[in-house]
Amino acid sequence: MEKELKVAALRNGTVIDHIPADKLYKVVSILHLNECAQQITIGNNLDSAKIGKKGIIKISDRVFAQVETNKIALIAPNAKINIIRDFVVVEKRALCLPKDIHEIVQCANPNCITNNQPVKTHFHVVTLGGEVILKCHYCEREVKREDAKIK
Amino acid sequence: MSNNSLVSISDYSKEEILAILDSAAEFEANPNRKTLDGRVIATLFFEPSTRTRLSFETAVIRLGGSIIGFSDAATSSSSKGETLNDTIHMVSCYADAIVMRHPLDGAARYAAEVSPVPIINAGDGSNQHPSQTLLDLYSILKTQGTLENLTICLVGDLKYGRTVHSLIMAMSHFHPTFKFIAPDELKMPDEYKVFCQKNNIPFTEVNELTENFNDADILYMTRVQKERFLDLMEYERVKNVYTLKNFMLVNSKPNLRILHPLPRVNEIDPDVDSNEKAYYFRQAQNGLYVRQAIVSKVLDQK
Ligand SMILES: [Zn+2]
Repeated sequence: MEKELKVAALRNGTVIDHIPADKLYKVVSILHLNECAQQITIGNNLDSAKIGKKGIIKISDRVFAQVETNKIALIAPNAKINIIRDFVVVEKRALCLPKDIHEIVQCANPNCITNNQPVKTHFHVVTLGGEVILKCHYCEREVKREDAKIK
Repeated sequence: MSNNSLVSISDYSKEEILAILDSAAEFEANPNRKTLDGRVIATLFFEPSTRTRLSFETAVIRLGGSIIGFSDAATSSSSKGETLNDTIHMVSCYADAIVMRHPLDGAARYAAEVSPVPIINAGDGSNQHPSQTLLDLYSILKTQGTLENLTICLVGDLKYGRTVHSLIMAMSHFHPTFKFIAPDELKMPDEYKVFCQKNNIPFTEVNELTENFNDADILYMTRVQKERFLDLMEYERVKNVYTLKNFMLVNSKPNLRILHPLPRVNEIDPDVDSNEKAYYFRQAQNGLYVRQAIVSKVLDQK
């Protein structure tokens, strides 16, 4: 009952749950929700048995393309994405990091062309000994996933 | 985008590398072949590098091609704030290929993406300089008769020295053994050691130069730059320890050759120059033949 008061149920759309509280606004930003015309409910710092404080986002009447939701894997790999139709979860979408990441990550190398000219960033996602590494397509510098700077 | 661009040594397969080296040997035997008659090559040097520019321009001229371009950014339209994208599009209206040096890392990859004509990377910031790597390989092949199963000592600035990083990548096709000789401040970065481990390339690391290369076939020296050191006392110490002197070569293998991408400062004592194992000046000359081969490949001219 208390839960329902905090975040109202959704008829149709997308629920993004279990976002670490400090990553919530990053998720808002990479999905460009500030430009989204649909009804959005955002909750943050909700108690979570799993991760302490969590954030949740509910977007009415909108289903994101896989390439969009996969961007979330970069900053909140354990977030849960549910697609809702008529109050029923019709799809539990697994997050997987895309092979290539365009635009959302900023290169950490100040001498990189992407930080000095109007060039969109592009990173290749590579796994090195169990660790996820982002490699700049242009300057070839590598950064660990958790150290990646999100624009 | 033109697929013929050469941005990074990793753009070339083992077969392509060997084909370039074969072609370079043909140019060495006969440097004046007018296969580029009527072709125009642009050399865009957004930062000056006289050595590399003259080498590329001589390569083109000996092939009968013509050169347009600029030798530093102050004389180009980029000093008026033109983007690299715009400069490349403007120049590609006139030239069949573009040789480019640029101070920004990644500039060459980007130029290759937007350019309708092939780009040859002549150095992008501290990132890649593939023609240097190919001329290093050519020098190794020429002096050793093979690229296979060689022991290669890399000495000096192994942290920032892009030539040694590219050399590791390129040699990985040929079963090398590496010895990394560098002061602690300038040690080989982990990513290249991981690369060696993944490719089953044996390597050892030491931090003194003396007597550590008696089993080596190639001694590849690099410049230790003062500005890399936070502690200038440390630089003074390292500078002296990392100077190769003639007497240190007494017990080295007869086939050992000493390479250096040049210019050198004081990492090789002039008393080494007359030793038959000193190869760095001829190494620079090899650059001409290798660049003839690169320009020919990029323009599909044999
Ligand atoms: Zn970069």
